[in-house]
Amino acid sequence: MSAAPKPEGGPSMSEMRVARSLSSTTIVYLVLLLAVVVGAGITASRGRNFFSIGNLDNVFTMMTILGLIAVGQTLVILVGSLDLSVPFVVSLSSVTAGGLMAGQTGRIVPAVLVTLLVGAAIGLVNGLVVSRLAVHGFIATLGMGLILSGYLASNYQGSHGEAPRAFRLLDATRIGPVPMATLIMLTFAMLAILLLRRTRLGHHLYAVGGNADIARMSGVRTTSPVVAAHVICSMLSAVAGLLLLARLGVGQPTVGAQGSYDLMSIAAVVLGGTLLGGGKGNVVGTIAGVAIFAVLDNVMGVMELNPFLKDVVRGVVIIVAVAVYARREIDRRPPRFGAEPPPGQAAIEEEAR
Amino acid sequence: MSERSERSTAVRVLPAHDSDAGQRILTALRTPGGAVFVLAGLLLIAIIVSNPNFADPGSLIRFAGRTAPIAIAAMGQYYVIVSGEFDLSMAAVIATQVVVAGNVIGQDEALIVPGLVLMLVIGALIGIVNGLATTLLKVPSFIVTLGTMLALTGLVRYITGGAATGNPSDAFRNIGRGGIQDVPILGIIPYSLLIFLVLATLAAWLMRRPFGRTLVAVGDNPDAARYAGTSVWWLKTRAFVISSLSATVAGILLVGYAGVHPSVGSGYEFAAITAVVVGGVVLGGGRGWVLSAAAGAYALELLFLLLTSLGVQSTWRNTVQGVIIIVAVALAGRTWRAVRRPTRGEPEPAPSASSPPPAPPGSRRTGDS
Repeated sequence: MSAAPKPEGGPSMSEMRVARSLSSTTIVYLVLLLAVVVGAGITASRGRNFFSIGNLDNVFTMMTILGLIAVGQTLVILVGSLDLSVPFVVSLSSVTAGGLMAGQTGRIVPAVLVTLLVGAAIGLVNGLVVSRLAVHGFIATLGMGLILSGYLASNYQGSHGEAPRAFRLLDATRIGPVPMATLIMLTFAMLAILLLRRTRLGHHLYAVGGNADIARMSGVRTTSPVVAAHVICSMLSAVAGLLLLARLGVGQPTVGAQGSYDLMSIAAVVLGGTLLGGGKGNVVGTIAGVAIFAVLDNVMGVMELNPFLKDVVRGVVIIVAVAVYARREIDRRPPRFGAEPPPGQAAIEEEAR
Repeated sequence: MSERSERSTAVRVLPAHDSDAGQRILTALRTPGGAVFVLAGLLLIAIIVSNPNFADPGSLIRFAGRTAPIAIAAMGQYYVIVSGEFDLSMAAVIATQVVVAGNVIGQDEALIVPGLVLMLVIGALIGIVNGLATTLLKVPSFIVTLGTMLALTGLVRYITGGAATGNPSDAFRNIGRGGIQDVPILGIIPYSLLIFLVLATLAAWLMRRPFGRTLVAVGDNPDAARYAGTSVWWLKTRAFVISSLSATVAGILLVGYAGVHPSVGSGYEFAAITAVVVGGVVLGGGRGWVLSAAAGAYALELLFLLLTSLGVQSTWRNTVQGVIIIVAVALAGRTWRAVRRPTRGEPEPAPSASSPPPAPPGSRRTGDS
């Protein structure tokens, strides 16, 4: 069923039914397929091969950082929160690890551990503020982002620290066309998928994100899933910062803000079919969302499009792509009290006109 | 419609409002929306203590004028937030309008009026696109306005090449930086402050109209509002139009202060949301007062001024701002819940913001023991 072909031409009744029975993840992958096909066509028309090793490598590299962050962001959004502090966690972990390593191979392991701990601590604070103080995730993490950005701006000017050669190999190593860093990202994505599908925590994430009150009344502790999601998200952002350190060789206090990973990761998650309100969605879709952005960027790069126009295309694609299934999602929600509208609703709506 | 709602409130006043005016103001000051005025007052006193020069009416009024654009933007953002949505495109709209002003109006003073009309039309169009995509296409407003933000920023930078272009005539820039000269005591009354006062009056009036009341209702419970016969899509679309128009006005004023550059207004979307939230307005909609949003903007700017006059490095500004908004929202959330809870179960409310009431009988706490 999931492999059903995309209906073409005018939508007849049966085709509509096919379209409706597709899960939103399938649609995201169909969009990705479309993007790859069109992208390959455009690339070919420029006399280049989309599937060449170099080009694929480029696409994978673009996916890595945003992918890691978006996986964490998926968990946070699923549980009904948001994380706007990710770019600053990325920057912070990049300068922290760079400073601790200071170019010495022997200090890689402690530096990585400390960086991950710092990420976890930030996530812990985010999670506790959201769940215990009942501050909206938007504000809690916007505030945390501001706090971190103030710290970064006050303590770091320009690049800081240095990654030893052994650590930089992390970015340079490739297995076939796939960079090592991308494999790390995909590993974490797999772990997140397992977490969501197979563990109690994963199911509780969905329950709390869907309706915190009902989850609480059903005996689910609502604090721990929120805290866990924020901790994982911040730690994955710290990993992203480490990978950026491996790529650049030095810690950069502005590297996260430059990528505007906060908004782009949220866009990728929503593009992947996850409801922004939480409770519905998955990591598989998110990876496709990230891949769509990467393919788009790659093709626009091949076309040598003005970098400012890229943003225009990205903005339009985000709205249009989400619009395609946002409507559907509403229609598909199963009726709660039978298919009939509540009695009197028709009369009320009639009267309203 | 409006008459009926007014009369019904006259017949059955909410218990919290059933007291004389002085008492009601005191009660209001204990809500987050009222407390922000106290906060702004305290910050003002703190600034004057640390830097007595600021007490000069002339510098006070210039500060008020300089802060007007962000306060106007915050009031616009309030309409969107109270209806339960977000507008992240504000900064991009400001940048667009600034560039339009620079390139369309230029040095020709005859073009000022047509230019202003064009800018308002563009602002309204952006608001309509945001609103319709949110309401009819059912895309979350966070994503819609993020998309318009990317598209507009990209377009503006593409057109200008990312550098300052165009220089509107001094007459136009005077709207933002000029004022009524030679006023006794004050010295100057900035036009921007006057515009802000007019818009604030208008905004407060609008929130008392059926439009404003219904908007808050939609933010509080969209389903109930729809069953009551509200056309939610049109209401929210108008809120987005108001938001974009207020960004346009902020842009017009900012041309005077900052000149024409595509980066003018950057960061305004989060600044405006922060101001609204500091003003005690609840994200998700349904709570808060429009003038509190403006007061939130003034409170934030006063805070920055205080930090500067205390000699705090400007790089730490963000950190302080971050702490403040988290604390403000945590406290506000607590207070709103404390105000709200008693009215739900029992008819006799006991507004006890100090001590959290014991679990009211028959509440849902019985479920999880």
